[in-house]
Amino acid sequence: MNGYPHLWLIPLLPFAGFLINGILGRRLPKWFVTTVALLAPLAAFGVVLSAASTVYFPFNVTKCGPCGPPNYGWTVVVLPYVENLATWINAAALHIDFSFVLDQLSLVMLLVVTGVGFLIHIYSVGYMHDDEGYARYFSYLNLFLFFMTVLVLAGNALVMFVGWEGVGLASYLLIGFWYQKKSAADAGKKAFIVNRIGDFGFLIGMFLLLANFGTLTFSEIATKLGQDPGWTGGVVTVIALCLLLGATGKSAQLPLYIWLPDAMEGPTPVSALIHAATMVTAGVYMVARTHVLFDHSPFALGVVAIVGAATALFAATIGLVQNDIKRVLAYSTISQLGYMFLACGVAAYSAGIFHLVTHAFFKALLFLAAGSVIHGMGGEQDLRKMGGLWKKLPITFAVTTVGVLAIAGFFPFAGFFSKDAILYAAFLQGPNGKILWFVGVVTALLTSFYMFRLWYLTFLGKSRSPEIHPHESPWSMRGPLVILALLSICGGWIGIERFNGFLAPAVGAKAAEAGNPHLELVLSGVAVGVALLGWLVAHLLYREKSTLPANMAAALPGGYKLLANKYYVDEIYGAMVVKPLFALSKILLGWVVDVGVLGGIAWLLGGIAMLSGAVLQRWQSGNLRSYAAWLAAGAAALLLFLLVPWPTVLASFFGIHFGMAGH
Amino acid sequence: MNSLFSQEVPLSWYLLLSAALFSLGVVGFLIKRNLITVFMSIELMLNGVNLSFVTFAHQWHAVKGQIFVFFVMMVAAAEAAVGLAIIIAIFRARATLAVDRIDLMKL
Repeated sequence: MNGYPHLWLIPLLPFAGFLINGILGRRLPKWFVTTVALLAPLAAFGVVLSAASTVYFPFNVTKCGPCGPPNYGWTVVVLPYVENLATWINAAALHIDFSFVLDQLSLVMLLVVTGVGFLIHIYSVGYMHDDEGYARYFSYLNLFLFFMTVLVLAGNALVMFVGWEGVGLASYLLIGFWYQKKSAADAGKKAFIVNRIGDFGFLIGMFLLLANFGTLTFSEIATKLGQDPGWTGGVVTVIALCLLLGATGKSAQLPLYIWLPDAMEGPTPVSALIHAATMVTAGVYMVARTHVLFDHSPFALGVVAIVGAATALFAATIGLVQNDIKRVLAYSTISQLGYMFLACGVAAYSAGIFHLVTHAFFKALLFLAAGSVIHGMGGEQDLRKMGGLWKKLPITFAVTTVGVLAIAGFFPFAGFFSKDAILYAAFLQGPNGKILWFVGVVTALLTSFYMFRLWYLTFLGKSRSPEIHPHESPWSMRGPLVILALLSICGGWIGIERFNGFLAPAVGAKAAEAGNPHLELVLSGVAVGVALLGWLVAHLLYREKSTLPANMAAALPGGYKLLANKYYVDEIYGAMVVKPLFALSKILLGWVVDVGVLGGIAWLLGGIAMLSGAVLQRWQSGNLRSYAAWLAAGAAALLLFLLVPWPTVLASFFGIHFGMAGH
Repeated sequence: MNSLFSQEVPLSWYLLLSAALFSLGVVGFLIKRNLITVFMSIELMLNGVNLSFVTFAHQWHAVKGQIFVFFVMMVAAAEAAVGLAIIIAIFRARATLAVDRIDLMKL
């Protein structure tokens, strides 16, 4: 408790773990690898906790007002706390520090990233136990935590970009972890390339920030925007939209969501940590971090809201018919991320972050539980081959039930509070907000349906693969599941009011709406009602009459095929972007540049050599006497050059004196 | 001292003779077609050089030049042995000694 928080330790500890396991891992005994891999996030979590304990939290700014931090008897850090590690770029007017910032927003994110990250590390010990790349896996996982904490702590956009790219790298490495499998390697590449498009937007946004504000530091941008009320629309909108493009790439929103379902090729704990709980929420975090820009551009905010709502609904409909347990969860993640964007789009950033936190709990739980099922089923991921697992995997069943109830939004589980906060904030946002709210409610209905569908198909009914004898997972896997289940139950109890008050200094308190407790109650009732409805439908379809879903699919073949094939978006992108790009590469780069320009230069050089060879070969007549004649001529010329007193000769010819002019 | 009427033959005469021998060798080398004649022309050039070596050795009272002449004569003897053997081999293979027609290395 003495002294200030050492923020630099938070990324550095996982980085040390990455170095140790990455370089020496293969030669170290397994227990050592495990110890290093687990200590790194645990120690980082410890540093975050100790930092949190030194921080003074004014829970309700409006009540506290200007009153200073109280005297606790130890160092009290007032947020935001800035740690300038080094000057990074110092070129004329451009000055960028490598700085970390601890404020309410980054503190919440850090707790989630290191806390949930640590739990998933423990889980991974059991899940990856027999894998050949055990040390490699943990070194990547630690590398991810390093970059993620850099991203979260970043005090300016450039440092954030370092983390941003770094988590992309870690994601790529972990999606393609089983690189011998072509589909996994392809999925890694897809994730990386699609993210490049988003990163392009982020970069352009940064350049525009530099050009217009001369700084990338978040707090300075906020100050400059606050000083001049004239900053609205125009360039701010463009910057915000560029940043949003970056966010849609990282957070798998329309139109760049396509990489996330494929990312399920990675190990399941990776899906839980990177592709559900933390990395994919980086886009939401970035929007919240740069919220001042969005606040000054109603248009950009509207786009955020529409993107979020559209993604939420779109992904939820695809999730209805997926048969791979992880793919259902992947589309569910996209959909829930859409909720967070929807919240940001109605300027309810704290509601978005609140949902981010609860989602991290229950989605990590659901993914890890799915991993436990897959582990127990010996690698089977197809829902149609499961069933009746509740007897065989009682703990997994119990925690999945908690996760499903939480994501469906039942009281008093975590998802209820956060989803409710988002829907309430959307509802209050004028007439357009009602539409957003409606989309959100429909999405909630679909969410509830497909989650209970997954639940019924996996755990209830009769086993559809009697030849497989599932077994419950080891305690290293069950332990994190139980903890996450507890968090999924209690995580929302803090309540949006307190959460709002806590985050207000970082993301701004929304102007007090005409809060109507009755309205809120009614809206909550509607949300729980649709969740119950979704459960009921799922019950009717997958519990009562198991032929009904097939009949429905047969009755609506077009609609079913459209959903099962994910609206053919991959195919459309393939036809619209990938194929033209390949064709362009083939014609322009392949034929014009490669064959035409480069090949032409090569032929030209070869031609010159051959032509000069054809001329010069005459010299090599093979005639001995001609060689001798050349030799004699050469000797004669040399003698002439050496023996003739050239200066004198030239002087006598031209009357010029060389050298001794003063004679 | 080096006048035409002194007791000794003047240096320049030796050198002129040496140059004449060398030039004869060069011209013979260039214009003769028979390989053996070409070979003899080479010997002529060597001996022209030898003469100038000896001349200067006598002029400067330095024994180095004479030593060098022995070396040249020794190398020339070896060269003659090897060269004549090659010439015989060529003659057996090609049935000619005309240098213009020994052009198998030509491109």
